[in-house]
Amino acid sequence: MKLTLHVWRQKNAEDRGRMVRYEVPGVNEHMSFLEMLDMLNERLTEKGEDPIAFDHDCREGICGMCGMMINGKAHGGFKGTTVCQLHMRHFKDGDELYLEPWRAAAFPVVKDLAVDRSAFDRIIAAGGFISVPTGSPPDGNAIPVPKEDADLAMDAAACIGCGACVAACPNAAAALFVGAKISHLAHLPQGQPERKRRALAMVRQMNREGFANCSNIGECEAACPKQIKLEVIAQTNERPETVSGGVG
Amino acid sequence: MSAAANLPLAQLRFWETTIGKKAIMAVTGFILFGFVVGHLLGNLQIYLPPEKINHYSEALRSVPVLLWGARITLLVSVCLHIWASFALWMLQRAARPIPYVKKSNVHSTYASRTMMWSGPIILAFVIFHLLHFTFGVVHPGGPFDEHNVYNNVVTGFQFWPASLFYIIAMILLCYHLYHGLWSMFQSLGYSHPVYTPWIQRIAKVVAILIAVGYISIPVSVLAGFIKPV
Amino acid sequence: MELVSNAPSGPIERSWETHKFGLKLVNPANKRKHNIIVVGTGLAGGSAAASLGELGYNVHCFCFQDSPRRAHSIAAQGGINAAKNYHNDGDSVYRLFYDTVKGGDFRAREANVYRLAQVSVNIIDQCVAQGVPFAREYGGLLDNRSFGGAQVSRTFYARGQTGQQLLLGAYQALERQVGLGTVKMYPRTEMLDLIVIDGKARGIVTRSLNDGKLGVHFGDAVVLATGGYGNVFYLSTNAKGCNATAIWRAYKRGALFANPCFTQIHPTCIPVAGDYQSKLTLMSESLRNDGRIWVPKKAGDKRNPASIPEEERDYYLETRYPSFGNLVPRDIASRAAKAVCDAGRGVGETGLGVYLDFSEALKRLGPQKIAERYGNLFEMYERITGENPYEVPMRIFPATHYTMGGLWVDYNLMSTIPGLFVLGEANFSDHGANRLGASALMQGLADGYFIIPYTIGSYLANIKTERYSEDAPAAKEAVANVAAITKKLLDANGKRTVDSYHRELGKILWDYCGMSRNAAGLKKAAGMIAELRQDFWRNVRVLGSNEEFNQSLEKAGRVADFFELGELLCMDALHRNESCGGHFREEYQTDGEALRDDANFCYVAAWGFQGAGRPPSLTKEPLVFNYVKPSQRSYK
Repeated sequence: MKLTLHVWRQKNAEDRGRMVRYEVPGVNEHMSFLEMLDMLNERLTEKGEDPIAFDHDCREGICGMCGMMINGKAHGGFKGTTVCQLHMRHFKDGDELYLEPWRAAAFPVVKDLAVDRSAFDRIIAAGGFISVPTGSPPDGNAIPVPKEDADLAMDAAACIGCGACVAACPNAAAALFVGAKISHLAHLPQGQPERKRRALAMVRQMNREGFANCSNIGECEAACPKQIKLEVIAQTNERPETVSGGVG
Repeated sequence: MSAAANLPLAQLRFWETTIGKKAIMAVTGFILFGFVVGHLLGNLQIYLPPEKINHYSEALRSVPVLLWGARITLLVSVCLHIWASFALWMLQRAARPIPYVKKSNVHSTYASRTMMWSGPIILAFVIFHLLHFTFGVVHPGGPFDEHNVYNNVVTGFQFWPASLFYIIAMILLCYHLYHGLWSMFQSLGYSHPVYTPWIQRIAKVVAILIAVGYISIPVSVLAGFIKPV
Repeated sequence: MELVSNAPSGPIERSWETHKFGLKLVNPANKRKHNIIVVGTGLAGGSAAASLGELGYNVHCFCFQDSPRRAHSIAAQGGINAAKNYHNDGDSVYRLFYDTVKGGDFRAREANVYRLAQVSVNIIDQCVAQGVPFAREYGGLLDNRSFGGAQVSRTFYARGQTGQQLLLGAYQALERQVGLGTVKMYPRTEMLDLIVIDGKARGIVTRSLNDGKLGVHFGDAVVLATGGYGNVFYLSTNAKGCNATAIWRAYKRGALFANPCFTQIHPTCIPVAGDYQSKLTLMSESLRNDGRIWVPKKAGDKRNPASIPEEERDYYLETRYPSFGNLVPRDIASRAAKAVCDAGRGVGETGLGVYLDFSEALKRLGPQKIAERYGNLFEMYERITGENPYEVPMRIFPATHYTMGGLWVDYNLMSTIPGLFVLGEANFSDHGANRLGASALMQGLADGYFIIPYTIGSYLANIKTERYSEDAPAAKEAVANVAAITKKLLDANGKRTVDSYHRELGKILWDYCGMSRNAAGLKKAAGMIAELRQDFWRNVRVLGSNEEFNQSLEKAGRVADFFELGELLCMDALHRNESCGGHFREEYQTDGEALRDDANFCYVAAWGFQGAGRPPSLTKEPLVFNYVKPSQRSYK
């Protein structure tokens, strides 16, 4: 099939950037979306044109490095799918696609479709952990964890930190990302002693990074490739003094 | 580098954060919602004989402490609600300085995305509404009589542009309330896989009932069901 | 050169305790005066940087990705082994040790493996305390499963995302230290050379991937935890960014490279669909518990699988290995699949695939039970191939997955360059010639949390801290070396893209040095690689400049190193005249099974760089087995 792409090209953080149109014939339906871009880049290189920069690594939907807007939808908008796992059979001959980077003040563009998401790391550094030194913690079975709690913690811990939630949010909020970490650790007994401090410290850092607030719109939940639920945000909003491991 | 990794809890102030502002929005929003419900119940007395609503109005005015207490609470709530929303709105604008060339919203409701439009229009309406019926400064439908609330309402709504504005404002209020009502629970930290969808449905019904109740009044006036005395 | 393993003598059960006590300690007040460089932030690097920062060292930590959380440890699905014996099924430290040595086909150092089995239990405790949401039973205790044909249930897991959860635990511990200021993190920064001063590793040269700036970082010790070299095959289950540049450049500075030919091919991956394929996706081998593997009996039979009658199907693993059937170890299952495809009986458009059929299991257990066990894997398969495995059999094919070889290290995880430590998949490791399932995560975390914090201290206590400036001749020489490589790549200005070379290199290695190897093929491959390498330097096209975010330039440097590594891989495979573990030489087999030669090859082959164009030196570390007596593996 043949596609027409409109791709955001921006040389570096200072450059203003613009959309550039590319015709891509010869796309095979079994290709992944990134393999289609690889093919375009090979052709651009052979023609002496600068290939399109985009972040990617594992290409199996778990590292969280890839991500772009395809026709205004984060990762292309297919349920539970990162862009590296999106295959071309979902598109048809003649489709016109707009590719843009995640857009947020806190995610400055590095080049083209690649953005800097180190703000997420700083949020984790502010409090997204359980303070446990390497050494001799109690036996793994010393504190039983109800299966239901372990499962809820795991649901939230599945976050891959790709940033699709921020990209899809009309407010460019990072509430789903932060909520996921708060919820993961708050559901486990090991996470209790620090839960208030953790939640406040992460939210404070989130604000300092320039992410806006959540206004309960729900675009993040729809965009999340790991299908993390909006409920995790409620867990952040709860007065941290009362954050519980239960439903909240 | 984030120094917060070893900040004591006391130095991490809740109200400074966006979740603090959201809590302010939720609490003040709830107070205003209470007013909207109470006010509607009072207004619906328009369908009773004229003395009823006029006596009700007199009764409210007869206890200035209560009246002014309520008015001050509402004013403070409105101010905080607007201040918090404005602060958050500024943050949102700063958070995405370059818009998308193409953006499609796959999940969100129209109501949720238009809170920042419905809000100011409702505010403008409230100001007009106060001038229209409370102070009587702007009352194009006829003479304003402080002691005859019933007639003020009827003659006020007989001027159709005022009714139209009222109806539009109430439709926006409906949207605003729908998203605001269920969000309140989310913002204060209550969310549940089973109950939250019900909260959303109930919010929708309540918002529609309130809007229908309010809108029925100008419609009844214009249709001639309610006449001046 | 003689290789000194520093492995303690005496009873193996107490050797790590005794050795630890013999290690020197660094005065707490002096720790912050020591700079330590950690390259890589996977399970090994992330846990090492966090633990060293916590001890009070001044840690500088580097990764090429945009965040330390992206390291490819994150993709491990199955689980992590630990000899907890929570299930009372007869597991013990000794049994895990025994299984690992035997599974590695007797090519690992016994003392290292024993220590690995010992600390495995601490890893689980550590991770639980960090908030890793391991699977639990209804009683609230940790759940286990048996994995990879093990006879006991010792594998701990977090859904199908165990690697992710363990990595996030290490990443969070690392970020905590970043927040506390003990670790400085350098994301999107690639190590391009090692600085060796007076015979000791003293620093690294890095390139910022954002703007191409070269950086010189000095440290009293350098820790490499940069993963394996599976991407030398181009198509592998590794992440696209995985590369051997850090260990390769250290090799060129004098670190010995051990057993490069020990590479692992995983049998249950989704087959290649076309030339454009950029990577291969692994599916958990637990699928083999219920799926039956078959190909048509007739070569070139292109019928739809449903219309091939039972008697015309060849369930080749079940026929050939009646006692283990579809559950034979990875290397054996992979080679068998290759053999049937070579005979023209492979399935799918490319003929490189075999069926993994669940129709019998669906009938026996019902779709609901199958969905419970494998639902997420079936979904993943359908997402990638567009075929529904509930209706048509899956197609699978082996793919490069893990590399047991790597930089040689002693018992202290120090390479042959003093001060250069190597952890995780990057070292030649505890897995011998073949790694057991769920053991990679165990080794990465053991190295980072529980071994390096002790052994590095002893090294630091024994050396003098020196302060160097960027004008130090060794630093200037290393920077000039990096700049020269970059310039050469940019100046070639030829016709072919980097990827096209990488793909061709991978194809040569896969064809001649993949699942099975022979002397003639290996010689031929070495020649082809040398020729292709020369063409690469003349005819590669890398656009743009060094001073920008330039992904082609990054790839070009890595592929340049893969060429050299590929040649060494062939050389090592050619020299090892035996079949063991992942290394199968067609000349050395008995009745179609691998034939090990303990009389002549019971050693670690460590190769040393002797300068460009000169053959590398070979140094042997003999392996002695005092506890687990070498025996021939048999699964028939």
